[in-house]
Amino acid sequence: MTEASSIAIECKGVVKHYGQGAARVTALRGVDLTVRKGELLMLVGPSGCGKTTLISVIAGVLDRNEGACTVFGEDFARMSARARTRWRGENVGFVFQAFNLIPTITAAENVAVPLMILGEGHGAAIRRAREVLEMVGLGDRWRALPAQLSGGQQQRVAIARSLIHGPRLIVCDEPTSALDHQTGHVIMRLLKNVALREDRALVIVTHDARIFGFADRIAEMDDGRIERIVTDPRELMAGTAPGR
Amino acid sequence: MNRIALRMLVGDRAKYLAIIMGVAFASLLITQQASIFVGLMTRTFGFITDTSRPDVWVMDPKVQYVDDIKPVQDTMLYRVRGVAGVEWATPLYKGLLKARLSNGNFQTCIVVGLDDATLTGGPPVMLEGTLADLRRSEGVIVDEEGAKGRLARMPMDEQGRPIKGAKPIPIGIGDTLELNDRRAVVVGVCRVSRTFQSQPVIYTTYTRATQFAPRERKLLSFVTAGAAEGVSPRELCERIQSQTGLAAFTRDEFSWKTVLYFMKYTGIPINFGIAVALGFLVGTAIAGQTFYQFTLDNLRHFGTLKAMGAGNLRLLRMVLLQALVVGVVGYGLGVGAASMFGRLAGPTQLSFRLLWQTLAGTGAAVALICVIASLISVQRVMRLEPGVVFK
Ligand SMILES: Nc1ncnc2c1ncn2[C@@H]1O[C@H](COP(=O)(O)OP(=O)(O)O)[C@@H](O)[C@H]1O
Ligand SMILES: [Mg+2]
Repeated sequence: MTEASSIAIECKGVVKHYGQGAARVTALRGVDLTVRKGELLMLVGPSGCGKTTLISVIAGVLDRNEGACTVFGEDFARMSARARTRWRGENVGFVFQAFNLIPTITAAENVAVPLMILGEGHGAAIRRAREVLEMVGLGDRWRALPAQLSGGQQQRVAIARSLIHGPRLIVCDEPTSALDHQTGHVIMRLLKNVALREDRALVIVTHDARIFGFADRIAEMDDGRIERIVTDPRELMAGTAPGR
Repeated sequence: MNRIALRMLVGDRAKYLAIIMGVAFASLLITQQASIFVGLMTRTFGFITDTSRPDVWVMDPKVQYVDDIKPVQDTMLYRVRGVAGVEWATPLYKGLLKARLSNGNFQTCIVVGLDDATLTGGPPVMLEGTLADLRRSEGVIVDEEGAKGRLARMPMDEQGRPIKGAKPIPIGIGDTLELNDRRAVVVGVCRVSRTFQSQPVIYTTYTRATQFAPRERKLLSFVTAGAAEGVSPRELCERIQSQTGLAAFTRDEFSWKTVLYFMKYTGIPINFGIAVALGFLVGTAIAGQTFYQFTLDNLRHFGTLKAMGAGNLRLLRMVLLQALVVGVVGYGLGVGAASMFGRLAGPTQLSFRLLWQTLAGTGAAVALICVIASLISVQRVMRLEPGVVFK
């Protein structure tokens, strides 16, 4: 494998502002980050440091203002809005802190949505959704509405949804924050064992220290920049413990 | 995705019902107000509707509407008959005369005098007796409302005093009235369309009507005429107008002339017009607002779909489909309720006339409401930054 082809995401000097004039907030102040294929990268840091903004730029749901960023060789800045939407539909899976399931449709239908967006028929998409629900251990709950499931089960449905179309990138924003410790671990094990693959990168935003152990590498952010990247969570603890 | 859009819509029963009710209420309001308005306007020319046979109505040029009687000389009948293309022409008397009731009271009545020979222009529905009975001497036909109401006899005791609290007895065949000191015998009871004139209606022959009426030089209210084969009523009107100097209108034209007169010179249509407009506005506001609110409530889900790769066009289709369903179901319920209302109102004094044009108009209005509401809603969906999904 060459160096280039093993890289999933490459960002250099990414800057992102919100708003204009006096109200302008700079959320990213020059982010350099590389994520490899088959890697589970965690983004950690204090609230408001720009983690969500960064994964939004990486996932192609937010335009950067400056800098360079390629995701699997594609630069969103060079794509039309339509092409980018399409690209997201084919290549990105999303997992959210609040699950973001549609409450009035069943678990299987929620999971099937990305396939339907890509044009798959209802029946085939539902069949595939049930298979993926099986993989996350919810094979028997496919008819359930989100409200009939526990938080952990809902997040498993969301993970199934992020996987179903075989995306190359999965981004998760605080996937375990709304869950208790044990459930959080179940979710992380699923992400690590089921979602992660050789050719797929996972970027997980979290400030839940209890799950740091699942990361291949951890990028620590502060005030719109990546401060450092570590492979062993203990380095992070050691570095942060005294001051805070 | 269509299935998903529909499930999103109907999944939340309470919200779905609220939107449907909003649209249904809007449809109901528009249809009902418009139908009452149309009913009211139809009443203005009820007499023309009842007198269905003539193609053409001929009258004094100064006549502004059907109750505005400006008689012409009897000889005008022959001049109209002399116009080429007139298949037949008959005289019609219409006037307000005082009737003396058996208890001595006076009641103003609308007296309609029909051509003695043909009895053209008789009431649309006979309840008792037949139109031909008018040929009996002193014969008149009274309308049901009048017979039961203003012309009804109060029961008397032996001394000839009215019994308090007793129900009035409707007059019927064999009863007599006095019109201008002349005896009239009821030979039939009919039903006529309601008009703005609330007086009892009395049908009789033209000759007898002119005898009831005070002596005047001109007594002929209208000449009604039929067009010969191959002559259009409009064309006939023009011929009659140019050859007699009288005004001539087709039935529809005369009806419209009457409606327009009422629209122009009475406040009633304006007030009802306002009610219709208000129904439309209120309905639009309710239906539009509920649907807009629904889309806003779902904005988060649309945002998620957008992040997951659903394009604007697809989201637009989803919202339009939802609007279509809401529109069709709400319209159906609303219009259904309106026609139920119409059925219930049918036998009462309320004027209610549901035209297919009203249904079509309401449909168009509801479609407009839904399209506008969904376009505004979709604006929000389209402008949605997919980035909001992480919020
Ligand atoms: N839509 C927005 N408009 C204005 N400011 C924003 C917006 N989103 C985020 N911000 C600001 O950008 C900074 C980074 O936000 P965010 O990426 O959400 O941080 P994190 O996810 O690390 O908590 C914060 O100061 C936040 O207030
Ligand atoms: Mg965040």
